[in-house]
Amino acid sequence: MSGILRIAYKLLINDRAKFAALLVGITFAVFLMVEMTSLFAGILSRSSSTVINIGASIWVMDPAVQTVANSIPLPDSVLDQVRSIPGVKYAVPLYTGAALLKLRDGTYQAANVVGLDDTSLFGRPRVIAGNIEDIFAENAFIAIRDAEFYKLKNPTIGTEFELNDHRGVIVGIGRVSSSALFGVPTLYTTYSRALQYIPNARFTISYLLVEPKSRADIAAIKARVAAVGYVALTREEFVSKISDFYMYQTGIGTNMMLMTLISFIVGLSISGQTFYTFILENIDKFGALKAIGAKGRDLVSMILFQATFVAMTGYGMGVGLCAALIWLARSHLPDYAAMITFANLGMALVMVVIIAAISSYVGVRKVLTIEPFDIFRG
Amino acid sequence: MARTAIEASGINRWFGEEPARTHAVKDASFQANFGEMVYVVGPSGSGKTTMLSMISGILRPNSGTVRIEATDIWSLSSDALADFRLHRIGFVFQDYHLFPRLTTVENVAIPLILQNRDWDAALTEATLNLQIVGLENRAQLPPVKLSGGEQQRVAIARAIVSRPDILILDEPTASLDGDTGRGIVRFVREHILSEQRCIVIVTHDSRIYEFADRIMRMEDGRITGVERSQLDAQ
Repeated sequence: MSGILRIAYKLLINDRAKFAALLVGITFAVFLMVEMTSLFAGILSRSSSTVINIGASIWVMDPAVQTVANSIPLPDSVLDQVRSIPGVKYAVPLYTGAALLKLRDGTYQAANVVGLDDTSLFGRPRVIAGNIEDIFAENAFIAIRDAEFYKLKNPTIGTEFELNDHRGVIVGIGRVSSSALFGVPTLYTTYSRALQYIPNARFTISYLLVEPKSRADIAAIKARVAAVGYVALTREEFVSKISDFYMYQTGIGTNMMLMTLISFIVGLSISGQTFYTFILENIDKFGALKAIGAKGRDLVSMILFQATFVAMTGYGMGVGLCAALIWLARSHLPDYAAMITFANLGMALVMVVIIAAISSYVGVRKVLTIEPFDIFRG
Repeated sequence: MARTAIEASGINRWFGEEPARTHAVKDASFQANFGEMVYVVGPSGSGKTTMLSMISGILRPNSGTVRIEATDIWSLSSDALADFRLHRIGFVFQDYHLFPRLTTVENVAIPLILQNRDWDAALTEATLNLQIVGLENRAQLPPVKLSGGEQQRVAIARAIVSRPDILILDEPTASLDGDTGRGIVRFVREHILSEQRCIVIVTHDSRIYEFADRIMRMEDGRITGVERSQLDAQ
């Protein structure tokens, strides 16, 4: 570190009250910004949990579908049409739907039932207790051990329940990579059993899961599916579509962005004001430095260094605080939906840089306009 | 023959615009030699601080020239002038302007650090200069822990640390009691002044006139007289 920056560093950290105020301002601004955006990222991720857990390359659906939870049933003929597309390696039906379970103790619990293709079981969960083949047994369901598992009264293999007056039996416990958003447990069964247990309308297929022969075939498959009046989306496109829905067509995105903006303004206000006061308190010293022979760029580099140091330290502390809180929350609230992503960190970093830039701009302007002659005049 | 350190010719400085224009320094000429301690004295508002600022490269005159040795300082670019001040002129400000968040030795080292000298080397050099002003045992204290006289000596150590040949002191006794003020100026006269250095002091403290080689009186922006001091008479 050059000598002039070392002086700047000492001036900053030795003024403990101001330094603490600056750090607190930036740290809490970053904490709030990262926390808000992480919550939103967690919600978005969980809103696409079925898409992520099933893992199909291409999803065929009705054009009006907005989220995976609100599927619009497709006629069986679409399955045949899709299977006849040249670039399709295979295509299987998927059922997803809500159900109301009556548990052994007589209580009712809503659940999400996923019906996997009977032939391939494409999209099956990782079974951690029992055997996946048992899903073909009579009345068989696999319960997913996720954040909502306890709502089924922590079932074990053999636990029974009722679904629309049908007997159901847990034959296995599975795990999936992403928990669902809406706080209900998930059961997997076969497609045919799902149709048998849950009342349906005329059409029954929620989605068609398609595997192309190669990546190059995707465009042609999408075009052919569009020609019959449906939409084929890659996994990433479907996740993006769901995210867009929550971000732009619900109040969640707006509220989160508003809170993030408020955090930014609070951080800017505290840090900007404190930094400006810090510069004002040292303005005569900066003027003395100028008189002694410091050039404008020396003083600018001092202020930029101070602003950057505070911003980066506050950023690190804010991110650390947020990570610690999320860890703590998750250890006590299993379905706490928050996820720190690189995008969140990047956005918070950009905002902190803006805070530092605006704060230092005010300081730089003040310092550059101070005349050494004013120091002589006292 | 005395070598000329500072030579200002016909310098003028005014502030503001007509009709509220204030003509602070009027056609002043000034000369100071190496090995000489020159006072600029006069009542408040007489223009002495303005003149001091112009001859030390801090305030540009509206007209006239200022030469320090062979250099017409106001023909230099602003960066070159800052460099010139950094290497050739030492300042002792009226209010010292020491950084309270730095240690005493770090304050003294500032001109060397601005010259991009290595941090440790600058602090070593600063410590030697604190020895000159008798404050080496205060090196690690913050300036606020020092008395007014000690702070003044720290400011002097900072002013001389880069070996400048021109030293400018602005009201060096203004914040000090009589004895301390006289002690400081006596110290400057006896230990800081040399044949290679010119010292200019702005003051209106008549108790320290005895240490001057020459005293230039200013009134209403004009130099009204130059006196030899009692020293010269002796």
